[in-house]
Amino acid sequence: MAYSDKVVDHYNNPRNVGSFTKDTPGVGTGLVGAPECGDVMKLQIKVNVETGVIEDAKFKTFGCGSAIASSSLATEWLKGRTVDEAAKIKNTDIVNELKLPPVKIHCSVLAEDAIKAALQDYKEKWSASEAPAGRDAS
Amino acid sequence: MALKLPIFMDSQSTTPVDPRVLEAMIPYFTEKFGHPASRNHPFGWEAESGVDVARDQIAKLIGARDPKEIVFTSGGTEAINLALKGVVETLDVCKRLERQGVEVTYVPVGRDGLVDVEAVRAALTDKTILISIMFANNEIGTIQPVAALGKLAKEKGIIFHTDATQAVGKTPVDVEAMGIDLLSATAHMLYGPKGVGALYVRRKNPRVRIAPMVDGGGHERGMRSGTVPVPLVVGFGKAAEISREVMAEESQRLAGLRDRLQEQIVSKVDEAYVNGHPTLRLPHNLNISFAYVEGESVLMGLNKEAALASGSACTSATLEPSYVISALGVDSELAHSSIRFGLHRFSTEEEVDFVARKTVEVIHRLREMSPLYELAKEGVDLKSIHWKAE
Repeated sequence: MAYSDKVVDHYNNPRNVGSFTKDTPGVGTGLVGAPECGDVMKLQIKVNVETGVIEDAKFKTFGCGSAIASSSLATEWLKGRTVDEAAKIKNTDIVNELKLPPVKIHCSVLAEDAIKAALQDYKEKWSASEAPAGRDAS
Repeated sequence: MALKLPIFMDSQSTTPVDPRVLEAMIPYFTEKFGHPASRNHPFGWEAESGVDVARDQIAKLIGARDPKEIVFTSGGTEAINLALKGVVETLDVCKRLERQGVEVTYVPVGRDGLVDVEAVRAALTDKTILISIMFANNEIGTIQPVAALGKLAKEKGIIFHTDATQAVGKTPVDVEAMGIDLLSATAHMLYGPKGVGALYVRRKNPRVRIAPMVDGGGHERGMRSGTVPVPLVVGFGKAAEISREVMAEESQRLAGLRDRLQEQIVSKVDEAYVNGHPTLRLPHNLNISFAYVEGESVLMGLNKEAALASGSACTSATLEPSYVISALGVDSELAHSSIRFGLHRFSTEEEVDFVARKTVEVIHRLREMSPLYELAKEGVDLKSIHWKAE
C-alpha cells in the first residue's frame, strides 16, 4: 500500500512531537488506544485559561505512519482554535486531508478520540474555576 | 562502491531469480517450446527431457530416491492443498463418511517456536491419518524437529506431510532420512521462477496415495492434470541443482551475515528481542521485536532504503499482529513491533551494515515519538494502565 504525500510528509517531519508536564496550568492530556491493538496516541493541548484558546499542542504516537500523521495533523489543527472549535474536528476531516485508505480510517478515529479526551481532561482540570492538582489523564 | 537502493531483505517473501536459472529457462520459451506430453515428435521429446532433468534435480535436493515422486504444481500453496486434501480424499468411503467434518488438532509451539514432539504424540488419536508441519517458519525461521516427527509418524503408521517451502535449498532436507511422506516446495524461494512448485509423494514404504485436486488429461501420473509449464519447471530444476551445490557454503556465509546484522542492531538498541530459536533457525532469517515502536512505522521509515517485512508479507494488508509471533506467547504489542530481515544469495556485508545502521536510526527516531517509550522511561508499568481500546 502506497502512502499519500501528506502522510509521508507528516511521518518524515512530524509537527509538535513532545510532551507538556501534565500539571502545567491549562494542559489537557488525552491518552487513547491500546498497545495490544498496535496504536496508542497521547495528545496534549495547552489552553489559555482566560480566553479558551489552544495556544499549543503536542503529541506522541505509537502506531503506523497513518496514525502518526493523523495525530501530527491534529496538533496542527488544534493550535489557535478555541476549545469549542476544537471539539468540532471530525475524523472524516482527517481522512480527507490525509487521503487515508479504508484500512487506515481507524487511525483518524483514534485521533478524534484523542482530541476529545484531551479536551475533556482540560475541562475537568482547569475550566471549573480553581484548578485541582494534576491527575493522571489516563 | 555505491549501494543500489532499496536493498532487498525480504527473502522469505520471494527471491530474485539466479541469472543461471534464467539462462537455463530461456530456450524452453523459444526453440524448445514443445508440450512434454507430445510423444510423437522431437519438440515433445525435448520438452519432456527438460522436465525429466528438473524432476531429477529436485529429487536429489530433497533426498528422494525416485524422481517419479516429484509432482509439479503451480507453487507451494497448491502443493500443500494437494497433499492435505488429497490424502483426506483418498480415504475409503466409510471413513470419508465418518469424517464428513475432518477434525484438526493444532499443537502449540513453545517460546522459541518449536513444537514438542511429545505434545504431538499426545495429540494423536486412533483416528489420526495425517501429521503436517511447517519445516521451517517463514517469519521466525525456527526449524522443527522434522526427523523426530517423521519417526513418530512411522511408528504410528500415520502419513507425514511437511511444508518445506522456506527450508528447501536453505537447510538440509532428506525425505528418506527424515521419514517424510509428502513434502511441498516452491521454486521462487530458492532463486527460481514464480508459478511453479512441487509435491513430493512417497512411492515406497509406504506408497502414499492422493486424490487429484485438478482433473483433466491425467498429467503428472494423474495427480495433477494440466500442461506442465516446461520453462518454469526447468528453472526450478536448475535452481535446485545450484542450491544443492552451494547450500553448505552459502548457509554458512548467510548465517555469518545474519549474526553480524543482529549484533549491530541489538548492541545499539535496548529492548530489542530476537524472535525464534537461537540456533535451530534458518541461516538467512532474523526477526526482532523492537519494544515501543510499531512495525509498519519502522518499515515506512526504511522503505526507500530497504525492503523488509513486519509480521508476514501475506498479512501486511490486515491490521492483525503476526499470529506466528503471538503464538510464541510474546505480548501482542511486541508482535506489533516485529521486523523480519531476510538475507539471500546476493546479500553483501555492505548491505547488512547499511541496513543495520538505518534500522537503528529509525527505531531511535520512532521511540522519541512513542508515548509508550516515554511512559516506560518514567518507570510506569504499561500493564498497570487501563487502556481504552477502540
